[in-house]
Amino acid sequence: MRSLLVYLKQYRKESILAPLFKMLEASFELLVPLVMAAVIDVGIAEKDSGYIIRMCLLLIALGLIGLVCSITAQYFSAKAAAGFGAGVRHALFAHIQSFSFTEMDTIGTSTLITRMTSDINQVQSGVNLVLRLFLRSPFIVFGAMVMAFTVDGKAALVFVAAIPLLSVIVFGVMLITMPLYRKVQARLDRVLLATRENLTGARVIRAFNQENEERERFYTANQLLTDAQKFAGRISGLMNPLTYVIVNGAIVVLIYVGAARVNIGDLTQGEVVALLNYMSQILVELVKLANLIITVTKAVACANRIEKVLLEKPDMKDGSLQWNAADQAAAGRETGREAGKSDRKAEREEKQENGKNQGKPFLEFSHVSLTYKGAAGEALTDISFRAERGQTIGVIGGTGSGKSSLVNLIPRFYDATEGTVRLDGRDVKEYQTDSLRAHIGVVPQKTVLFRGTIGDNLRWGNQQASDEELQEALQISQAAEFVGKKEGGLDAQVEQGGRNLSGGQKQRLTIARALVRKPEILILDDSASALDFATDAALRKAIAGMKEQPLVFIVSQRAASIWHADQILVLDDGRLAGRGTHEELLENCPVYREIYYSQFPKEAVSNG
Amino acid sequence: MADKKKKNKQIKKANQIKTIKKVLQYLGKYRIFLIFSILLAALSVALTLYIPKLTGQAVDYIVSEGQVDFPAVFRVMIQIGVCTLITALAQWLMNVCNNKMTYQVVRDIRNEAFRRIEILPLKYIDGHPAGDVVSRVIADVDQFADGLLMGFTQFFTGVATIVGTFGFMLSVNVGITFVVVLITPVSFLVAGFIAKKTFDMFRLQSEIRGEQTELIEEMVENQKIVRMFGKGKDVTERFDEINERLRSSSLRATFFSSITNPSTRFVNSLVYTGVGIAGAFGVIHQALTVGQLSSFLSYANQYTKPFNEISGVVTELQNAIACAARIFELIEEEPQTPEPENAVELKDVKGYVSAKDVSFSYLPGRKLIEHFNLDVKPGQRIAIVGPTGCGKTTLINLLMRFYDVDKGKIEVDGAAVDQMTRHSLRAAYGMVLQDTWLKTGTIRDNIAMGRPNAGMDEIIEAAKASYIHSFIMRLPEGYDTWITEEGGGISQGQKQLLCIARVMLCRPPMLILDEATSSIDTRTELKIQNAFARLMEGRTTFIVAHRLSTIREADRILVMKDGKIIEQGKHEELLRQGGFYKKLYMSQFAETSEAS
Repeated sequence: MRSLLVYLKQYRKESILAPLFKMLEASFELLVPLVMAAVIDVGIAEKDSGYIIRMCLLLIALGLIGLVCSITAQYFSAKAAAGFGAGVRHALFAHIQSFSFTEMDTIGTSTLITRMTSDINQVQSGVNLVLRLFLRSPFIVFGAMVMAFTVDGKAALVFVAAIPLLSVIVFGVMLITMPLYRKVQARLDRVLLATRENLTGARVIRAFNQENEERERFYTANQLLTDAQKFAGRISGLMNPLTYVIVNGAIVVLIYVGAARVNIGDLTQGEVVALLNYMSQILVELVKLANLIITVTKAVACANRIEKVLLEKPDMKDGSLQWNAADQAAAGRETGREAGKSDRKAEREEKQENGKNQGKPFLEFSHVSLTYKGAAGEALTDISFRAERGQTIGVIGGTGSGKSSLVNLIPRFYDATEGTVRLDGRDVKEYQTDSLRAHIGVVPQKTVLFRGTIGDNLRWGNQQASDEELQEALQISQAAEFVGKKEGGLDAQVEQGGRNLSGGQKQRLTIARALVRKPEILILDDSASALDFATDAALRKAIAGMKEQPLVFIVSQRAASIWHADQILVLDDGRLAGRGTHEELLENCPVYREIYYSQFPKEAVSNG
Repeated sequence: MADKKKKNKQIKKANQIKTIKKVLQYLGKYRIFLIFSILLAALSVALTLYIPKLTGQAVDYIVSEGQVDFPAVFRVMIQIGVCTLITALAQWLMNVCNNKMTYQVVRDIRNEAFRRIEILPLKYIDGHPAGDVVSRVIADVDQFADGLLMGFTQFFTGVATIVGTFGFMLSVNVGITFVVVLITPVSFLVAGFIAKKTFDMFRLQSEIRGEQTELIEEMVENQKIVRMFGKGKDVTERFDEINERLRSSSLRATFFSSITNPSTRFVNSLVYTGVGIAGAFGVIHQALTVGQLSSFLSYANQYTKPFNEISGVVTELQNAIACAARIFELIEEEPQTPEPENAVELKDVKGYVSAKDVSFSYLPGRKLIEHFNLDVKPGQRIAIVGPTGCGKTTLINLLMRFYDVDKGKIEVDGAAVDQMTRHSLRAAYGMVLQDTWLKTGTIRDNIAMGRPNAGMDEIIEAAKASYIHSFIMRLPEGYDTWITEEGGGISQGQKQLLCIARVMLCRPPMLILDEATSSIDTRTELKIQNAFARLMEGRTTFIVAHRLSTIREADRILVMKDGKIIEQGKHEELLRQGGFYKKLYMSQFAETSEAS
């Protein structure tokens, strides 16, 4: 909760002024019983109509000033709350965008979405209420007590006794119900999960005739939720009756004390009325407070959940070097020019760097191991290999053998737990991740497109790309034909999640997206699985013909997709089981041989 | 234009009434609590109002020095004490009743909604984003509950307070009562005026909020892609633009709506002053006692308050009704075609499957499958191949009766599928899909999904047959490992193996394998194929695959293109025909020559 208050800081003025004006309003309100007492004791007693009217005009004036103060307070609190909400929302969104893959894996997206939406809304209205009312209520309560003292010190002691009791009840109920509401929330999450599962898994559930079981499961979860809600409601419902009892008890005592004090002449009748009025004011405020408390309790719970996400610190440190792959490539090509002219130190150093890099591999894995956070075993163990520009590297291996893990290390989606991944002679950790990734085109396994036009989606790869460049990428990814057939071509709309495209079409667009950035390294992570073989083959051919000649990684289950590669990495249970060309591996890598012949039985190959 | 608006308004109103009626139906079951709640509300309000009158009496007994009637004061004190205790009890009981009623109605509605989800046609589920349906069942119902609860607690007591105060005031003094009654409606008018003005602001706010939520869902769900392309900044900029609009609209909506309270409070202070003047003159002219004036002042406060609250409740209730309408929309969604009365149980399945002149399309006017015919004999292995989008998966949707055919019919063992129970039909098939869906629960639960009472040894056997046993054993909690929504540490391929184990355990008479091994490496796949081969022995099987190698041994290959079977036959026959299949097949081997 506390750390979120930072976002109120920007609105410090508003957050101070709002309660202040609210208190001003309350102070004027607190004067009302005194004026009324004067009306009774002076106006009525002396039958002075002029005095009565003057006092009543004073009441109206107090009301007007109160109105102005209060509206001012509402404005400041609305401004502070809206600004606070926007601030937290921005911070959380930006924070989530900074998460590395590891954090996303551990937190989960659906949680984050709830945090971003309903939780922040709750907190925002909580802040608004607190600024407006939460301070006003205690102020009125204590103010009424102070005013009671100005009327009569002895009678005011009743207030002194009642108020701590009231606070105990208010805070006690709050403390008890807070965990209860957390429980309600947790059970609601379970109901949500059951509902969602039955939508996403409708096919499987129906195929296995699980409807009845699922229904039972849902009913149970729902009943548990209902029970928790009822229990929490019952406890929090105690607050109003209890405070009511105490305030009225205090009134009874006040009547007695008042009666005794009036009897000995220490108090007037009008003053008794004023004291009673102050006590009723306390009751009214407490009722308001009780209604607020549920909202505030919920808001605090939400704030804590948001805070937890915000405290989650990305565990990946960004490097400082820019990776200007293209420059370095140029530098690499024109070795001769490097020696002389430049007198600027930094530049010279860079060139020297390049000089040093001569003979170093473009990409090098050296004894790399990777263990995912929270995982029991290593996903990759002691991987070493080198790759050069323009090469095609095939990565093949069994399910869970670590193929994706391996390529994910290149753009630093994850950090190697041991060993180093070097690019242009430097550890990838030294580069700014953005500059690193700007030159790497990744086509992930999961095909994701965003709402917007096809063109918009492709420009994710490169904001500045011209239509011609987009077309070129579409040509290579074998998507030009179907995009051309779409109404509007590049301007055709992609619905959320690409629902209006087939799996193969989506896949080809994600490939095009990666190509648009004219990458130095292109990673195709099982990206052709939804393509038929003819398209897959054409795609590979087109990529091989690209004029930028990127280093291409093809991760695949299909031997046919990778056997033309310059180098094939065969992974088996996180280890490099073999490395070499197709022929070499067929010769000396049993794992590769097994994979290959499982797809191409010997007779079929000889037939082909 | 204005006419149309009016008509729309009328329709909206009629719909609202319909929704309220439905809500009342759900409430009907708990009408006892409703009656209790109303009675308790009346009781607690009456007593709450009686207490100021008692206090006023007490004040009248405390006139001035030496003029205090102590016995009378004590009597009143006891009366106040008793009333207070009863009121508190009544309040609490009313609260319990309201809670019970609200949360049980909400539970019933959620259950009903879920029941409906289970029988909605797949067409609905495929066509509606899960998030939308989920938000109806969760968020809308919650909002509805809040409104309902607030309505119960505040509406009844509010109305009772107004009526009660009015009565009490009349019993004390008629003239001053009129002062109160004449000024109070002003506060109502003010509140109404503000509510009307702010309605549009609130609508704007929720519109912008919706826009923002869409962006959040898209970008958070695919955060990894955003990171991959380093688009975090751009996306955050887009977010900030919406966020800024949201901030200013939210400021306006919150501020203007929160003017209501101070304004009505000001009107209240006018009422209070009015009572003060009239009362004071009343006392001077002996029409009123000071104690009665004191009660009146407190009534004046109580009388005006519910007006403000009720106007708040009305907006809240309207909101609740809007939410209820969205839920009922889901609950009333047309369910899948009901099974006929005399639907037969498909038993002892032999495995004849035929399609006769079947036509089907997802969207009317966009033809997909037309005049489709198929005849499969028991134990045959049917492979379906063809380019993406040719209708392979659709065929499976029809076989499993996830979708109903538009024309023609599909038969199993000579009986039309729409004449048998869905359960018996689906139990006849074992299905493994490309989409590897597992439910939250243990691995054991997931494997035993089709046969919940299977023994542990059978489960292990199925897992072994699917080559996933050793992986499971390596997990810290073995078969009791909890699988979560996100899949937690289990790869696609492993998930698929679990899906296969699920089917292996069922040993159904027929099989549907839709890209069943797409995420599995070929070495494991080869072993799985052997296991499948044993499983397929004597069972009718439909296989959809991209990998031609996996279907080479099929009894019949259906080559589909654009929703039609364009070629069919055995692998060698089709190759000899030299048609589309050969083209597909050769594309796979085109590089054999290149590479070797």
